[in-house]
Amino acid sequence: MNSFTYARASGITQAVVERSAKTDAAFIAGGTNLLDLMKENVARPTHLIDINHLPLTTITSIESGGLRLGALVTNADTAYHQQVTQRYPLLSQAILAGASAQLRNMATDGGNLMQRTRCYYFYDTATPCNKREPGSGCSAITGFNRIHAILGTYAQDQQVYCIATHPSDMCVALAALEAVVRVTGPDGDRTIPLAEFHRLPGDTPHLDNVLQDGELITAIDLPADGFPDHYAYLKLRDRSSYAFALVSVAAALDIQDGQIKDARIALGGVAHRPWRRPDLEATLTEKAPNKTVFQYVADAMLEGAQGFGHNTFKIELAKRAIVRALLQATNRPSAV
Amino acid sequence: MTQYTGRPLNRVDGVDKVTGKANYAAEFDVQGLLYGYIVNSTITKGKIRQIHTDDARRVEGIVSIFTHENRPKLAWFDLSYKDQDAPPGSPFRPLRDAQIQFNGQPIALVVAETFELARYAATLIRVDYEQETHQTDLQANRHKARKPAVGMATLFKPPPPDPRGNFEEAFRNAPVQVASEYVHGSEHHNPMELFASTVVYEKGRYKSGERYTIYDKTQGVTNSILYVSQVFNIPFKDIRVISPYVGGGFGSALRPQHQLFLAVLAARELKRSVRVTLTRQQMFTLGYRPATVQTVALGASSDGTMTAMYHDGVAVTSQFEDYTEVVTTWGGLLYPAEHVKFDQKIISLDVATPMDMRAPGGVTGVTALECAVDELAYKLGMDPLELRLRNYTERNMNNDLTYSSKELRECFRRGAERFGWAKRNPEPRSMRKEHTLVGWGMATGIWDAFHAPARAEAVLMVNGKLRVSSATADIGTGTYTIMTQIAADTLGIPMEDVLFKLGDTDLPVAPIAGGSWTAATVGSAVKAACEAVGEKLFKLARKLPNSPFAKVRFSDVLFAEKAIRLKKDPAIAIPLQTLIDANGGAAVRAISTSVPNLLKQRKYARNTHSAVFVEVEVDEDFGTVRVTRAVTSVAAGRILNPKTARSQIIGGMVWGISKALEEESVMDHQFGRIMNHSLAEYHVPVNADIHELDVIFVEEHDDIVNPLGVKGVGEIGIVGMPAAIANAVFHATGIRVRTLPITLDKLLTAATTEVSTS
Repeated sequence: MNSFTYARASGITQAVVERSAKTDAAFIAGGTNLLDLMKENVARPTHLIDINHLPLTTITSIESGGLRLGALVTNADTAYHQQVTQRYPLLSQAILAGASAQLRNMATDGGNLMQRTRCYYFYDTATPCNKREPGSGCSAITGFNRIHAILGTYAQDQQVYCIATHPSDMCVALAALEAVVRVTGPDGDRTIPLAEFHRLPGDTPHLDNVLQDGELITAIDLPADGFPDHYAYLKLRDRSSYAFALVSVAAALDIQDGQIKDARIALGGVAHRPWRRPDLEATLTEKAPNKTVFQYVADAMLEGAQGFGHNTFKIELAKRAIVRALLQATNRPSAV
Repeated sequence: MTQYTGRPLNRVDGVDKVTGKANYAAEFDVQGLLYGYIVNSTITKGKIRQIHTDDARRVEGIVSIFTHENRPKLAWFDLSYKDQDAPPGSPFRPLRDAQIQFNGQPIALVVAETFELARYAATLIRVDYEQETHQTDLQANRHKARKPAVGMATLFKPPPPDPRGNFEEAFRNAPVQVASEYVHGSEHHNPMELFASTVVYEKGRYKSGERYTIYDKTQGVTNSILYVSQVFNIPFKDIRVISPYVGGGFGSALRPQHQLFLAVLAARELKRSVRVTLTRQQMFTLGYRPATVQTVALGASSDGTMTAMYHDGVAVTSQFEDYTEVVTTWGGLLYPAEHVKFDQKIISLDVATPMDMRAPGGVTGVTALECAVDELAYKLGMDPLELRLRNYTERNMNNDLTYSSKELRECFRRGAERFGWAKRNPEPRSMRKEHTLVGWGMATGIWDAFHAPARAEAVLMVNGKLRVSSATADIGTGTYTIMTQIAADTLGIPMEDVLFKLGDTDLPVAPIAGGSWTAATVGSAVKAACEAVGEKLFKLARKLPNSPFAKVRFSDVLFAEKAIRLKKDPAIAIPLQTLIDANGGAAVRAISTSVPNLLKQRKYARNTHSAVFVEVEVDEDFGTVRVTRAVTSVAAGRILNPKTARSQIIGGMVWGISKALEEESVMDHQFGRIMNHSLAEYHVPVNADIHELDVIFVEEHDDIVNPLGVKGVGEIGIVGMPAAIANAVFHATGIRVRTLPITLDKLLTAATTEVSTS
């Protein structure tokens, strides 16, 4: 950990201005990931702007009929918030599948979006890593890649530069729910659909997301429909808690009169960002929910997936997980 | 007064531990303390061409940086670096020279005014290496397997006995045969407490001018003081090693670790107090349970009588020490096959030296053996428990000695009954709940009942309280508590009036705490010391005017409720306080050495046994495994404290779940570096992984093992657990996974392969 200066932000605008003024500065909220990265000498900010006291700590209803999660609401408070458990149980379930109770108490919703990959090589400065040190190479491709990506790894030049995954559970549910990220930056406010917030690695894997320098996440907006009747978050991992997903599936269905009206499927643990295929989800509409159609979508979603040795099992695992999650979502009794 | 021993009493140190009063090695603060941070090599084999420390030295608050270039002169001979648990070879010496022998090798120590500064400066050190090709992969180097060297450590870890009968022929002729290869990767101990040494340097108060008080994380303060004294040529009298609490050892603190060496080196050179703490990542640069490949072949007649047994093992060691554990000979202790052949080899690779880790060799070898026995049961179409009973032995076939006690049969009976084993349908995949396949498996466990010499002191103080001490360790096992119980019972003093001290080289010497021998070893010494005080008290009692004890012998008295009493009539008594007065108001003190009765012991085989029954649930689609319940019945002589003993067994069972399903240090052989070096990625069970765990103690009366009749319970809990789980997974799924840990990808891949080939 290098020496750094520290300042508590007094307001959103001031925070953005301060951050924009220093290229080596970083916002800190819960610190559950940043502090680890600093101790491992992976992140080396020279200035920390503590945003914990900014007024972004509430969950409020919005005009669209949806819900706005302040960027600084903790993961725990979000997961247990009455509006969330009742209207967006998928989100609640996904959050509670992640990390540990202690971490969820510290981690914020905005921070959850900003967490970095858990790739072993990214965390170990003794090994090459294109994400940590662009151009140094990716150790995982030929190394121990059991937890790594199987989808979206190829850059436009048909080369692979990075096979890291995004580790969040929360973001997988947010992707399925089509949440929108609200940011404030030096050039003003803008909104980014969650599905577009995280990037694929391409040939610039050091960029995790599309945030511009100085931009601050202020909130995450949930659309009105939270799929409270038919949802499932299925997380497959090496132990029952405190382990990142090998594969996770957020499934949400709108079923009316025995027919699927809307379907959402987001995958975690398989790509550099939560993985969705709206074109394939659409093939489920007007169909009766059953294993056959689910299996078709599952197979199609994994078409083109490529393993790198240790992680090749994820392809079959993901297919099975998709089918199971969709069946669970179908059979889940309506939320009371 | 009821005896304390045998009762499930709370830990005497429990409150201090949960309220934070218990201080660990990195928690002893002194003024002017400096902090050291270790820099580790990032290559696996080669040489340091140049180490650039200028940038780091320029950081304000950096006091010094030690490397091989400025290391002071130290002991020359390997012998000086040999600790009490050193395997044959040449022990690793930090900062010895420019050679790199394994990845993560300490190559520099940065000493600074704060830990954070030292850690930061460490990131500014640049190293130019001359890299050589390294070999770290066991499987790729199996052709290099060789016999290990013999040395002091061989005493406790003997090589396999010579073959008996003719295995090849007997196996060939056996109507039923199984032969399989079993593999497990490396595992690191990862106790919660990080390795740390706080070296308090004082000068001017003593003749030699220097004094080192060292707070060390160790399983034996005596081991640490010997090492420091020999390596740094500091007289014993100028060193004191203190280690009152150890936050988990599991074998990792049986040898002095890098931080002790480096902290003393820095303190001695800088003439300042220095603390060196390892980070979690650096804990993966220490010793570990070595990756091992084993082959087990069993031959049996069609009634299940085992006739032929072969067990061969190849394990990893470093290039500089021949670490060896007893892996392949346990079959000779458990089954009476006439034709046996055991072999054990090692492969030197460019890695750190492995170390003893809970049930070293035992859990490794028994896992393979007990999986093979299960495979044999299926080949025979026989219940796995029945097969084990068919091949029950009252003798250790390897040394042809009868067991001093062996209640394994009763362990089987009671364990099976508690578990409901009789209701088992032997057919794999026969029990199912929706997507979940349920399986029941079992295995036997075995470990040694060691007993070593130790010393202890007992002092009946003038206030009537008893202080007992021995330089042993409590690594979380309950040593403080059981020693207090033994002392309290021996002299009839309430436990709250007994203070047991340990972990201090000023106390009477005890061996390193490992191998499940501390209860027997130190317990016997504590009992002997208290009895010696008792004899002194008896003599004082006899001398009193009109003493009712004047004409009786020591064997005619007992101690209870703070008094010496006649066994025949306990109402005839003299309070201990009266005897202290009779001693001129002085404390009554005795130091005793307890030495194993080898003449008696050598005529018998001495072991603990266990029977393990496990239920697993396996998700058929995903291959995720849950151990839903497990019963372990243990025969380990007399149980001094069923509560702490149960905790020991449960801890072993949890670790067995870990070893079977989760735990492995994964090395990337491109770099020769362990990649999952954090507790986020090095998986051990979380609470949610642990369900019903049941422990049964089948008591054994055994006056051969030692005067207390205890056998130790530190290791036996883990030994049979992984095999029972693997066997249960087979029963659930019909799939044999012979490479631990059984992670979901292995089951998934095996299932996919079996489907596609059938």
